[in-house]
Amino acid sequence: MIVFDQVSKEYNMGAVKVTALDEVSLRIAPGEFVAVLGPSGSGKSTLMNLIGCLDTPSHGSYMLDGEPVGRLKRKELAAIRNRKIGFVFQNFNLLAYATAVENVELPMIYGKVSTGERKRRAKELLEIVGLGKRGSHRPSELSGGERQRVAIARSLANQPEIILADEPTGNLDSKSGGEIVDLFGNLHTQGKTLIIVTHDDRIAAHCKRVIRLLDGKIDSDTLNSAAPVN
Amino acid sequence: MSAFIEYFYEIKKEKLRMLLTMLGVCWGMTNIVLMLSVGEGLYRQFTRSFRGMGEGFVVFWAQQTSKPFAGLGIGRRIRLSEEDLGLIRSRVPEIAKISAEIEVGEQELKLARSTVMASLCGYGPAYGEMRFFFPEAGGRFINDVDEQQKRRVIFLGNNVRDKLFGTGVDPVGRILLFRGIPFTVIGVMVKKYGVGGGEHGNDGDLAIIPYSTCRTIFHRDWVGAVMFSPRTPGEAEAAFKGIRALLAAKYRFDPTDEAALGHFNAIEMAGTLNNVFRGIQLFLGLVGALTLIIAGIGVANIMYVTVRERTREIGIKMAVGARPGYIIGQFVTEALLTTIVGGAFGVALALGMIKGIRSLPIQHEVMEYLGKPVFSAMLALICTTILTFIGLLAGVFPARRASRVDPVEALRYE
Ligand SMILES: Nc1ncnc2c1ncn2[C@@H]1O[C@H](COP(=O)(O)OP(=O)(O)O)[C@@H](O)[C@H]1O
Ligand SMILES: [Mg+2]
Repeated sequence: MIVFDQVSKEYNMGAVKVTALDEVSLRIAPGEFVAVLGPSGSGKSTLMNLIGCLDTPSHGSYMLDGEPVGRLKRKELAAIRNRKIGFVFQNFNLLAYATAVENVELPMIYGKVSTGERKRRAKELLEIVGLGKRGSHRPSELSGGERQRVAIARSLANQPEIILADEPTGNLDSKSGGEIVDLFGNLHTQGKTLIIVTHDDRIAAHCKRVIRLLDGKIDSDTLNSAAPVN
Repeated sequence: MSAFIEYFYEIKKEKLRMLLTMLGVCWGMTNIVLMLSVGEGLYRQFTRSFRGMGEGFVVFWAQQTSKPFAGLGIGRRIRLSEEDLGLIRSRVPEIAKISAEIEVGEQELKLARSTVMASLCGYGPAYGEMRFFFPEAGGRFINDVDEQQKRRVIFLGNNVRDKLFGTGVDPVGRILLFRGIPFTVIGVMVKKYGVGGGEHGNDGDLAIIPYSTCRTIFHRDWVGAVMFSPRTPGEAEAAFKGIRALLAAKYRFDPTDEAALGHFNAIEMAGTLNNVFRGIQLFLGLVGALTLIIAGIGVANIMYVTVRERTREIGIKMAVGARPGYIIGQFVTEALLTTIVGGAFGVALALGMIKGIRSLPIQHEVMEYLGKPVFSAMLALICTTILTFIGLLAGVFPARRASRVDPVEALRYE
């Protein structure tokens, strides 16, 4: 359960203070499929970083599964990201020198999964995202869609409850984007909490709930009755 | 994906930079190993060359008073007698060995028709051990029976033997003439190097007969100098103080009068010289260490650059759950690997150079003093410790910076 209570995030740019997120309160229950929409600069990425414990609020409280995140130390935040959160970024953020399998293994290394188990699970996950045969390829040898699928496999490595995707199809052509959308659809049916920042109508159409941000505030938070029932 | 794989990737990507960094460490390590080895060689050469002097003894001799005492004026000559030795032995408990000496000077020794000049001395049996007059195989030094019975036996320096009997010939049992008196050769001194083996004061030029025999031949009723060794090296000064007090009472001079008895403390001198040479070695080591420290700073610098260049990678790792400690470990490992690999080449280079120097056929006199560089297990341990320490230091600070990277910033970083 994600609970934001009047959460603000401010950035100090020298003398100027930028309020990226302005007293946002929201709840996201386990298993929800949420789309976050909004114009560029409206605070979507900031929201995702806070939810994913990459960053901590300037004001307000964030409780993740009943735990107040604001008071945790850096290494405790790292442990939460490792166990509970899976990130998917617009620009993939894969390690350039590592193969697909090694990239997927990465979170499991930090989660202290044994080598054998790690390799086995990494291959299995690549199989699931349709890259069973490309495990030994490096990111530079993969297409954009394939890279994003490696990133999705990586986000699933430690079986986290929450998957956060920040414009996952933003850098992809529409065909690969469609495949990624289908993958997220599958994940939702497996009971994961999915939060996706997107401009992609196809994704938004899949989501049960749509949050719109404007200038760091929630502009609207609506249920999408047209979303397919899983 | 261990730190090792990332390291090899880094090497592959930044070949020249890594090579230069390692070269710095390599050269620093070569320096410190060479410096310490030269110092060690110097130290060993010193120990070796001063062995010829002997070990653990003090010599004293009578001089003139320099302070008035009990109505007696200054400049009075003191003369020691043979009874003094017995007195000292019984009254100064710190004494282990003691012997009087007579140094007669250049004398003729004759064998058949040949005559050879040798520096003739009368020494007691204890002298041999204290001054390291070791006999060649098959021979011996003067013993107690020789001394008690005033035997006509003679112990030759190796040079005297060479001139009289021929180089390397074993003359034990042969008879030679000194002042027309036949003496039996009982041993030849093993050749000395350094002190006692040089051009001046070469022990190889000595011809030694028992003290008692010498005294009788030259009708000496006074003692020129006395050599003793204390029970332990630390008791040398106490023993000499005891002797001075004893003799001051007997010969009526001020016990604080330094000039009345002259003395030479070989123990003290050896200690001082030892410290001097260890000091030189330490200095050389520090000079070497300085080069290594500079190389270490080079490594740290490169690590800072690496951390900056890999900010995004650090961000990715943090995003998927790497703890700060893991990031620190990764960069410290990299710095350590750089220093250890560079250092290993440095040691290899230094060892090669040492081997080269040692095999040079230099017989020059200078080498007698400098010795040859020696690399010992102890030095290996010291160098490895310093290297590891520098590697750790070079890694820790950049690694801490890496671990403090803000993941959000890092992921935005281009
Ligand atoms: N690290 C940062 N430092 C300063 N300003 C930032 C930082 N991150 C985001 N911002 C600012 O906060 C606002 C929201 O940014 P962001 O959450 O990235 O928006 P979005 O993802 O919706 O485009 C923007 O005005 C942006 O410039
Ligand atoms: Mg954004």
